[in-house]
Amino acid sequence: MRRLLGGLAGLILLGAVAGFIVTAPQRLPDADVAQGPGDAARGARIFWAGGCASCHAAKGAKGNDRLKLGGGAVLKTAFGDFQPPNISPGGDGLANWTLADFDNAMRRGVSPDGRHYYPAFPYTSYARMTPADIADLFAYLGSLPAVAGKPAAGAMAFPYNIRRGIGLWKRVYLDAAPVVALPAKASAPLRAGQYLVEGPGHCSECHSPRTPYGGVDKARWLAGAADPEGKGKIPNITPGKLRWSAAEIADYLKTGFTPDYDSVGGTMVEVQANMAQLSDADRAAIAAYLKAVPAVK
Amino acid sequence: MRMLAAVLATAIILPAIAPAVAFAGPLEDRQAIMKGNGRDTKLGGDMLKGVTPFDAAVANKILANYVAAAKAFPGRFPAGSNGGDTEASPAIWSKPAEWRAATTKFQTDTIAAAATKVSTQPEFGKAFGMVTANCKSCHEGFRIKKD
Repeated sequence: MRRLLGGLAGLILLGAVAGFIVTAPQRLPDADVAQGPGDAARGARIFWAGGCASCHAAKGAKGNDRLKLGGGAVLKTAFGDFQPPNISPGGDGLANWTLADFDNAMRRGVSPDGRHYYPAFPYTSYARMTPADIADLFAYLGSLPAVAGKPAAGAMAFPYNIRRGIGLWKRVYLDAAPVVALPAKASAPLRAGQYLVEGPGHCSECHSPRTPYGGVDKARWLAGAADPEGKGKIPNITPGKLRWSAAEIADYLKTGFTPDYDSVGGTMVEVQANMAQLSDADRAAIAAYLKAVPAVK
Repeated sequence: MRMLAAVLATAIILPAIAPAVAFAGPLEDRQAIMKGNGRDTKLGGDMLKGVTPFDAAVANKILANYVAAAKAFPGRFPAGSNGGDTEASPAIWSKPAEWRAATTKFQTDTIAAAATKVSTQPEFGKAFGMVTANCKSCHEGFRIKKD
């Protein structure tokens, strides 16, 4: 009996150690970390493609106020309430961050003090970004106005409040590989579109359904999902449902009007405002990719 | 040919404002008003894109239609009309002050746009933009897409 108990205790200890290792935050290897200095002018494009302002600027901010990244509105989900933090270059934001800190946050979802971020911050998509784009984006964020104030952290429900559990989740769902296998002869714009959509644009975070564990269901990539904030539906944007031409998709992203002149609505209004800041070439690339993804009904 | 285009355009526009004075029920009414807005906006957008030739009379008719629509619209959301096959967000009834502000802005902007009495395409572009900026800002918080 004693031996059995001892064995059990040993097993539990072994399990705890294994669990500790498996769930530990994984920083980027030194050789892979983005190298500075980035180019702020180029970073502006990545900023708009990445939609940073939609969550980190104040709700309803317009014009230059979208560059004040003091932390935006709480994102209310079934897992809990997520509060986007201050990412302005001030003391309450990223003032003391190194580029390596920023890169680990963006591509590994790890904070400077070595904790997991919740994937409401879409590092599962940002993981597909190039180190050069990360460096440019960091330079651009550093050029924006400092904003004072740290918004209070959001409240998570059990068991999601145990951050260490995210380590396990990441082992399943954090994967920097491209999702859609494009043909070898895919054009440069098509590949650029894949990068923008699957990487910085993080379109799939809302437009793909999720598994019961909260990971993106890649079998139904971009095939539409329930609104994560609980109301309505985010549309299927694969060719199985979206019948618009590539030019019409690009035009929608530029103007906010569908081919039959319905207007953009809901949370896509912010996204479209970001997409409108991109070049025609970038919007055409996004459209080319959306025409090329597997059609899902 | 231009004459014909104008006649055709008017023929399309007229039914578009008709719903504002029809009384089928608040849900049907407001959907018809929005359908009319969509038709008018396509007509205007096509003229601005150069898909169809610019016609000042049609342009001013579109702007007048927007005024009528903006006036008729807020009254089509009485208490209790939030059920059925609607994309109207519950926020319309739960945030009455914000809803009033949005619909009032729509009215103010449409009246100001129509008052410019446009005669050129760039003028129409400006007036049209003034009105249609309301589409997004209102649909952002007050419409929920169902499909």
